[in-house]
Parts: sequence; structure tokens; C-alpha cells
Amino acid sequence: MTTLLEAPPQPPRFDPDVPIELTRADTGADRAFRILLAASSTVVLAILVAVVAFLAVDGWQALQKAGTKFFIGVTWAPELGRFGMLPLLGGSVAIALVALILALPISLATALMINEYLPPRLRPFLTGVVDLLATVPSIVYGFWGLELISGLQAAPAKWLVDHFSFVPFFRTPQPGGYVDSIFAVGLVCAVTIIPIITSVSRDVMSQAPRDVCEAAMGLGGTRWGMITDVILPFSRSGIVSAALLGLGRGLGETMIVVLMLSTANKWTTAIMGPQGLGSIAKQITEYFPTSSSIGRSALVLLGLVLFVSTLVVNAISRMIVNRAGRQQP
Amino acid sequence: MSRPPVPVGNVAPAGRALPGDPFGRGPSPSVDRPQRRRRVTGQQLVQLIGSAAASLCLVGLLFWVTGVSGPIGFGVLACVVFLTIYAIVCWRAYGVLLMKDRLATVVVWIGALLAMIPLAAVILYVIVKGAYVALAHFPHFFTADMSGLSADAPTSAVGAGAAIVGTVEQVGIAAAISVPLGILTATYLADSRSLYARIVSYVVDAMTGAPAIIAGLFVYLFWVTPRGHSGKSGFAAGMALAVMMLPIVTRASQEVVSIVPGSLREAALALGAPQWRVLVRIVLPTARAGLMTAVILGTARIAGETAPILFNAGGNKSYNWNPFSGQQDNLPLRIYDLIFQPGINVVKDAWGVSFVLVLMVLILFVLARVAGSSRPGRHLIPRLRRAHPQ
Repeated sequence: MTTLLEAPPQPPRFDPDVPIELTRADTGADRAFRILLAASSTVVLAILVAVVAFLAVDGWQALQKAGTKFFIGVTWAPELGRFGMLPLLGGSVAIALVALILALPISLATALMINEYLPPRLRPFLTGVVDLLATVPSIVYGFWGLELISGLQAAPAKWLVDHFSFVPFFRTPQPGGYVDSIFAVGLVCAVTIIPIITSVSRDVMSQAPRDVCEAAMGLGGTRWGMITDVILPFSRSGIVSAALLGLGRGLGETMIVVLMLSTANKWTTAIMGPQGLGSIAKQITEYFPTSSSIGRSALVLLGLVLFVSTLVVNAISRMIVNRAGRQQP
Repeated sequence: MSRPPVPVGNVAPAGRALPGDPFGRGPSPSVDRPQRRRRVTGQQLVQLIGSAAASLCLVGLLFWVTGVSGPIGFGVLACVVFLTIYAIVCWRAYGVLLMKDRLATVVVWIGALLAMIPLAAVILYVIVKGAYVALAHFPHFFTADMSGLSADAPTSAVGAGAAIVGTVEQVGIAAAISVPLGILTATYLADSRSLYARIVSYVVDAMTGAPAIIAGLFVYLFWVTPRGHSGKSGFAAGMALAVMMLPIVTRASQEVVSIVPGSLREAALALGAPQWRVLVRIVLPTARAGLMTAVILGTARIAGETAPILFNAGGNKSYNWNPFSGQQDNLPLRIYDLIFQPGINVVKDAWGVSFVLVLMVLILFVLARVAGSSRPGRHLIPRLRRAHPQ
């Protein structure tokens, strides 16, 4: 009797979302195709390894000569045989930080504007603007900055130096000079990193659970309340990683720095005037073609330091996003 | 949020206004139909314009009395004063909660405008400075080379022709290398979940943010140095650009390929198609619009890169059609070179070349948008119509 009451054995349920294992026999073409795919992705990997290897081999000579002084020295004077990279790395980091501080609020506002404030019809327009910002060549930004922005920012920079010089950053390395500074370069670099921060944080914000957003609105909350209580807490780690990506871009910015910055490779905190900190990208671009053998090696080593630091920044950013992605339900 | 909500489900007799319907538009619409709320009311508009006018007057007066000047200072101060006045007005009218909301709306608007201003400024500046240089000597500036360049040579003696040829050929080489590689890699990454695929995906991300100068330095050490002085060529520059372009194309096509419906792919496999056929006949055609956008956008980004080609193209004042031998010119390189040349006219020429470059990039950008606006699978429709006439 009891056997009749038991449910008959069910056939395995078909779930359309779960891919079914293929049981067709592989042909030779399939195998060749898979090898082609794997080989092409190996090329990408090989390029990265080759970049690091070539830079390391050519930079070895300078590393042997300068030793650990290379990484902690504050004097960059190849003609005297002194290679200390801190004034150059410091300048690159300072430019990236200035750019990040200026670009982050603007990018977050733009991302919120696109996702939450604009009617859907107008969204493509603003995303187009942001994409176009990323498409304008950086040499054009540099030329524009050199001819227009550097002069425009001189007056506010002077005002900052006059009134806030108790902050070590708001000083100028060259009394009376306010143009061609780290600050001016950072200002223009900010424009070039707005697109990456905007698009990444936009992606993260749009993944905030829509039903919770609508619940917040439905309970009588304001739109700003929904943003601060639902969207921002949800996307905090994504925004941090977007900011890090922007920082990495700022570190590697080349042509704007080459065209705008006036540098003396001096180790200083003053960023509002010329003849202060240097920049790795500028140093390589300007001196690589004319340097001696050891000087070239030192510049290649600088390049390796720059490359590795952007890789590390990108890796950290990626790690934050991945961990946040796993925590989400 | 400003108006009290219309009570739903409580339908008034025709012609009588509901409490929430002061204009007497008749019965409230049915529950099923979505209601459209006006976001900005007249009152809000008056508050906004009034606060803006008050802040402009106040700051203008302040500047006039104290005698200071400066456009940036004026803008920043006017913004701060405007936000303060607007906050007070909204706080008096609606209380703290709505005041915060209104203020945030205005701040977000200002932030988005701040992102648009530099784009408009840089494009206008290039047009103002460069358009008349390039267009005043219209066909000549686009066809002539730079061999007539000297410190005081007039613009009519020079042109960007050689640089245009170089840019087109080098970007073409970069695309020819990176597009097939990028699409194959993207297909691999979209299909595979192995550890190796994750490492490759990680590397692609890392390379996307790599400094442009490193790509140039790498190709110089890897290709130009072993060949000595004759190593610099359009091909070397194209390779450096390909190093930059590969991660861009890979990442973008990975996104496009991953949205091709899995059911399409599985249907083809179930019908016995080999995997390469699924890629060539199903995945690529379905994703065609997105892939075109990705490739053209990648090309536009690459066309303006200066740092990778700096050590590798070499630069050339006259025409060199062969990218595989001899130094070649390139638009960004030409701008860079002109900026550092002595002379008065050369800066004008540099703006002219910048205009040509921006024009080229803008055309590519518009092309990418047009290519992307057709929906996936759209190309199949005429063929289906022919096969199944109605």
C-alpha cells in the first residue's frame, strides 16, 4: 500500500539557465579552434611578460650602479651619477592625486545625473559627452592646457598661495611663479580621468537593487535620501575601485605632463608653481632619445617602476570590486 | 515630491476636483495607467532663478566694491553664495529634508555641467584656433607635406598630408594586429571559466590602464634597438599602438560577445555545427553592431596617442607611403614637433594640425555611434523578408 502513495520517480528537471554538457565527439576543427583561441589569449599574456622582461633587462645596469639609493634617493642628477627617483615618482603621484581629488566629485555627480536624474531620452547625450571626453587626444588637451588653462589657473593659484601658505602644498617652489605647476597639470589631467571614473561608478550604481530604491521612494523618501541610503552604501567599494582606476590613469598620463609641466626635479611639497617636482613620464619622453647608456638604463628602470605601480593600483582596484561582487546576494 | 499625492482609487464624479487636483482637471486617471508627474513646478523655477539672480547680484556688488576681479574666483564664489541662498529659501519653504533633496539636485546638475564645460571648451578652442588655419588653405593644408617648414614659413607653404597618411597607415596596422587577436581572446574569455582565463582577463584589465609611454618604450627596446637607426618606421609605431589597442578591443568585445544569447549558440551546437562555425556564423554576425562600435572607438582612442609613437615613428617632413621602411610622420607627432619648433607661425600650424586630428577623431566617434545604433540581428531582417515574403 505504502508504495502506491509514494511519488513516482520524477524525470530530472530541465533548467534552461544551466548549460548542458556537450556530448558530441570533438572534431579536429574544434580542437584546432580551441587551440587558436587559447593561443591568442596567450599573446596578451606574453606581451605583459615581455614588457616587464625587456624593461627589467635594460634597467638592470642602472639598478646595479645605484642600488637601493634608486628607490629612496631624492636627487636625480644623471650627469653626476646620482639616481634617486623620489622627486620624479612623487611628482607623478602628486599629479594623479590632484587630478583624482578634482575629478572624483564631478564624476560621481555625472554618474548620478545619468543614472538617476536625467530622463531616459537624454541619457545617451550625456554618456556621449563622457565618451567624447575620453576620445579627444591627450596631446590636444596638453596643448589647450599649455595655451589657455595654465594662464587661467594662475590667479586662483596665487590667491591660494597668498592666503593658505601654512598648508605645505599651497606654496610655490619658485617665488612669483604660478604657471606650469603640478597643480595646473593635475587640473587638465582631471578632465582625462573623468570618463573612466564616471563609467565605472555608473556601472556599479546601476547594479543597486532597484526594488529597494523604489521601496525607499515609495515610503516617501526623497531622491537624495534614496541615493544616500541605498545607492551610495551599495556602491561604496565600486566607487573606491573607480577612483583607484582613475588614479592609475593619472599616474600614466604622458603628453599633458610633457607639454605643460616645468620641472627642476626638486624634492618639495610645494605644488603651485614651476621648477618643483618632476614626472617619470616627462623625464623618459624628453631625455630618452639623447641620454647616455647608463642614463637610458636609469630611464628604463623608471619606466618599469611606473608600469609596476600602475599595475599594482589596477590590481588593488580589481580586487576590491571582485570581493564586493562576491558579497552581493 | 512637492505636490501631495493624488489619492488613487478614489474617483470623484466628473467635473469635480479632488483635493489633490486644484486645477479641476476632472476625475483622476485610472489606477492602471501610469501617471506623469511634473518634476519642476513654477514655484521651484522661481526659487531657482531668484536665488541665482540674488547670488549673481551679491557677488557682483562685492567684486565691484572691493575691486577684485577674475573669472574663476567669480564663478566659485557665485556658486557658493547661490547654494547658500537656495538652501535657505528651500529650508524656509519645505523644511530640512526637502531642502537637502533640492540642494543635492542642484549640486549634481552643477557637477554634470562641470564635466561638459571642458569638452565644449577644448573643442571650441581647437576650432577657433585651428579651423581657419586648416580651412583657409583648404585642399592644400590636407594634401601638402611639411617639407616647406622653416621658422617663418607661411601656413600656405606647409600641410598635414604626410602626417595624415602616416596616421592612417599606422592605425590601420594597429587595428589589423589587435582586432583579430582581441576578438579571439574575447571569445575565449567569454566561454571559459578556467583559472587561466581569469589570469588573462586580469592581465587585460591591467594593460588597459598601462601608461602609454611604456608601450612606446617597450617597442623601442624590442624592435627598434636591434635594428639600429633604420628600425624606426611606421610599422614599429603601429605595433606600439597595437599594444595599446589590444586590451581596449578585447575588453569591449568581451562585453559584446557575452550578451549574445546563449540559446542561439546552443541551438547551433545542437544542430551539429562545429565551434568555429558558431563563432563565424552566429556569434560575430549577432554581435556585429557592438563589435563595430568597439573597434571604431578603439581606433579613435588610438589615433590620438602620441607617447607610443614618439620613439618609434621617427617623424618625417615629407611623404613616405611605405610603413615598412623609413621614418614616417603622424598627426600627434607632428603637433608635438611643431610646438617645440622655433617661430611664430608654427604654433598656428600646430593648431591647424590639431584641428585635423580632432576632426578625424570626431568623424570616427560619430561613425561608432551610428554603427552602434543598429540593434543586434538587424542585418538579418532583409534576408528573412526575402525568405518569407508576407
